[in-house]
Amino acid sequence: MGTAESLGMSVEQRQAKEGKTKKAFRELVTLIKTNASSYMMYFALIVIMLVFQLWSGGKFFTAQNITNLFNQAAYVAVLAIGMTIILILRHIDLSCGYVAGLSGAVVAILMEKMGVNVWLSMLIVLLMALAIGFYQGFLVTKFGIPAFITTLAGMFIFRGLLTRSLAKTGTIIVTNEAFKGMCQGFIPDIPGNTSRIHIVTMILALIAVAAFVWFQIRSRRNKQKYDFPVASASIFVAGLVAVSAVILVAAYMLAINKGIPISVCIVGVILAGYAFMLSKTKLGRHIYGIGGNDQAAELSGIDVKKVTMFAFCSMSVLAAVAGFMYTSRLSSATPTAGLAFEMDAIASSYIGGTAVSGGVGKVTNAIIGTFVIMSLTNGMNLLMIDISYQYIVKGIIFIIAVAFDVKSRRK
Amino acid sequence: MSDEYILEMRNICKEFPGVKALDNVNFKVRRGEIHCLVGENGAGKSTLMKVLSGVWKYGTYTGDIVYNGEVQQFKSIADSEAKGIAIIYQELALFPELSVYENIFMGHEIMKGKQIDWNETIIASQRYLKKVRLDVNPAWAVKRLNTGKQQLVEIAKALSKNCKLLIFDEPTSSLNEDDSENLLNIMRELRDQGITCIMISHKLREVTAIADTITVLRDGSTICSLDAKTDDISEANIIKNMVGRTIDDIYPKRLEKNIGNVMFEVRNLSAEDRATGRQILKDVSFNVRAGEIVGLQGLMGAGRTECALAVFGNPYKYKITSGDVWMDGERVSFKTPKQAIKKGLAYVSEDRKGNGLVLIQDVKYNTTISNLEELIKRVSIDENKEIGVANEYKKEIKIKTPTVAQKVGNLSGGNQQKVQIAKWLFSHPKVLILDEPTRGIDVGAKYEIYSIMNDLVKQGMSIIMISSELPEVLGMSDRLYVMSEGKITGQLDIEDATEEKVMKMAINA
Repeated sequence: MGTAESLGMSVEQRQAKEGKTKKAFRELVTLIKTNASSYMMYFALIVIMLVFQLWSGGKFFTAQNITNLFNQAAYVAVLAIGMTIILILRHIDLSCGYVAGLSGAVVAILMEKMGVNVWLSMLIVLLMALAIGFYQGFLVTKFGIPAFITTLAGMFIFRGLLTRSLAKTGTIIVTNEAFKGMCQGFIPDIPGNTSRIHIVTMILALIAVAAFVWFQIRSRRNKQKYDFPVASASIFVAGLVAVSAVILVAAYMLAINKGIPISVCIVGVILAGYAFMLSKTKLGRHIYGIGGNDQAAELSGIDVKKVTMFAFCSMSVLAAVAGFMYTSRLSSATPTAGLAFEMDAIASSYIGGTAVSGGVGKVTNAIIGTFVIMSLTNGMNLLMIDISYQYIVKGIIFIIAVAFDVKSRRK
Repeated sequence: MSDEYILEMRNICKEFPGVKALDNVNFKVRRGEIHCLVGENGAGKSTLMKVLSGVWKYGTYTGDIVYNGEVQQFKSIADSEAKGIAIIYQELALFPELSVYENIFMGHEIMKGKQIDWNETIIASQRYLKKVRLDVNPAWAVKRLNTGKQQLVEIAKALSKNCKLLIFDEPTSSLNEDDSENLLNIMRELRDQGITCIMISHKLREVTAIADTITVLRDGSTICSLDAKTDDISEANIIKNMVGRTIDDIYPKRLEKNIGNVMFEVRNLSAEDRATGRQILKDVSFNVRAGEIVGLQGLMGAGRTECALAVFGNPYKYKITSGDVWMDGERVSFKTPKQAIKKGLAYVSEDRKGNGLVLIQDVKYNTTISNLEELIKRVSIDENKEIGVANEYKKEIKIKTPTVAQKVGNLSGGNQQKVQIAKWLFSHPKVLILDEPTRGIDVGAKYEIYSIMNDLVKQGMSIIMISSELPEVLGMSDRLYVMSEGKITGQLDIEDATEEKVMKMAINA
């Protein structure tokens, strides 16, 4: 005690200071405890990435591999967005993998074998996917056949159609540059840039960070205005800094390679659209309402069937987009495309915190889930781990994530 | 401890994050008595019973449970059951597809070697069914029985476990008058056979009729224990202890009535249940005027809720065989609840958890869900306006919640009910159907809901109140209809209505 006073700090001051750090720490602990499931995925992602980085001798965090990871993850991310909505509604879509595969095959046939214009080909296939969505949505809403059964049947049918459509030609090589660019190309840089760094990428990253910080501060202010609970200032700032750093580092990795892949832009646009729809529009509210309590939703004047129909249509159309991206990345349409895509999408969504009981879920978090799953795939490929082990590892990570989620929600 | 008391709970404290649910509760139950536990919602009755039955296991609370003279440390429901303590919950825990005898012996099957002895099971189940005076074939699937009979099966199940202390949590809340009366008689018989009963109930009339002792809890503390023989157990006295004040007038009076033209009218409505073909509504006609509260009284299963739902866009797709609906002088036919809401009809569900609210969402979400159009600015929802609206209703109808960002599932029953009302007020209805608006909520919240109703009709709204509670219907309505077996069996002006008259109409068909 005497020493504290001799250091020019009264006991009270010291206690106050200790109290403050202790308080912040305690808040952090309770924050982590109460939001365990949503922090779990970030934690898992960091651990997975670090393990692969060390294990592969530094090959994971290279500019080339990060670019590669983004391109690999893009089609799963698109599927995961659609799947999240389906899962919030307490349905499932097992067929989306083969809808993606079939879409890739049909678009390749149209472009390469029949000489249809690339944009028209894609439009035709998107309409085909919409029809598939209608068909499955119809069975679920009007006939009351569980989505599991409807889409399991769809899985058989679309797999058969996929194999059939490529039966004569075998794998079709895609030569159209515009189409290939979708998952192999990059956004252009400003002309005349001779530095190693892709300047447009860094500018976009800075804009993204600025926008993120601004939105977060605005939403926090708004919450404070209405006395809603918010995290304390120190934790809030720490969160902002962490996320900004991640965005900037990722952008830097891309910038010293070839810049932002076009696939990332496509995912970004779809993600922004769906995130906005879910959080800010009537349709989004209705989706959460139906997932939370479909009977209450119905009695509140929500058209449950229409919204469910929308979810299945959106899923199939997104599956077609995912099919394009996959075909674009491989520069070819193959009969094996689509195998187990739905598994990755479902796993992404659940790892991203979509509740197993429905009613809760965010598309942005589903993307984090996609990164968890695809980092595993990417890292294990880097280490040349046999595919059989890859499935086992993914399965284990998936079940741990869901078990954790179920446990933390029960409290 | 003397043998007089079968159970003594001493200085029980139980805390939840942020709330002291039980604060030094002392609770003594005499052997072979019927002991009623009353208190407002949130007073701690259910928590106390959960502590007793081991749902909140030993170590999560402080204080002692002395049962049969021994201090008990229950770690699970199985532990308390092994000592002869059983709870009959409000929501029954039976397997609807299984037979009565399978249900009775579920979990403690009668074995012959390694196999279940079904013959002995059936014989034994008949013995227990007799004890609860339930005359049904034990081979019937439980879903064939009505709620009242299912409850008796639950009791038979408890008896088959050789239970000595039987706890009833709101046993009559979903029963009609007949079944309630029957249940109370069976409780008396059980008492005479030496089984001690604890009953949690909001229905004070039943409490005063049956109790040997009444313990009142308020805000997690024991307020008093009243002996039926020596103390004043009038409803007024119990209510005074429950709320800590005397409610002279349970039903707030409307000073001026301003009743206008017929706002809403149903003519000759008949409907069938598609699945079973059973006729659920027979030629039902009624109307309500602007500024009027019309009661729709009847026993459970009389078809009141079905009637409301049939006109409210028919979400459960009953087959409407005849009849039409008029609103504000215009003939309407609502195909979905959405259409009904648009035209100014609103339905506050009797089952707020089941189909009234989205419990995992917050207060503001639930308040605005049925009228999001009003909040749309260009394409998106104006969240500031949403919060503003929710806060307005929070203030106006006194929803007790820290903020409107609180999950509805965390609120008490009365406040959940207010959120439901807020939701429907925000859809700006002309006609509001309230289905059992005060079921399972405490006296204070009831009074507030009655006051809200009075305010609404003062503003010219029409209210149809469906209720099983006679005093409530008589206390609040301007006019009332009585339903029985899908038919309107009578219409009474409030001046002519007496409990006897209404009851007669409700029973006879």
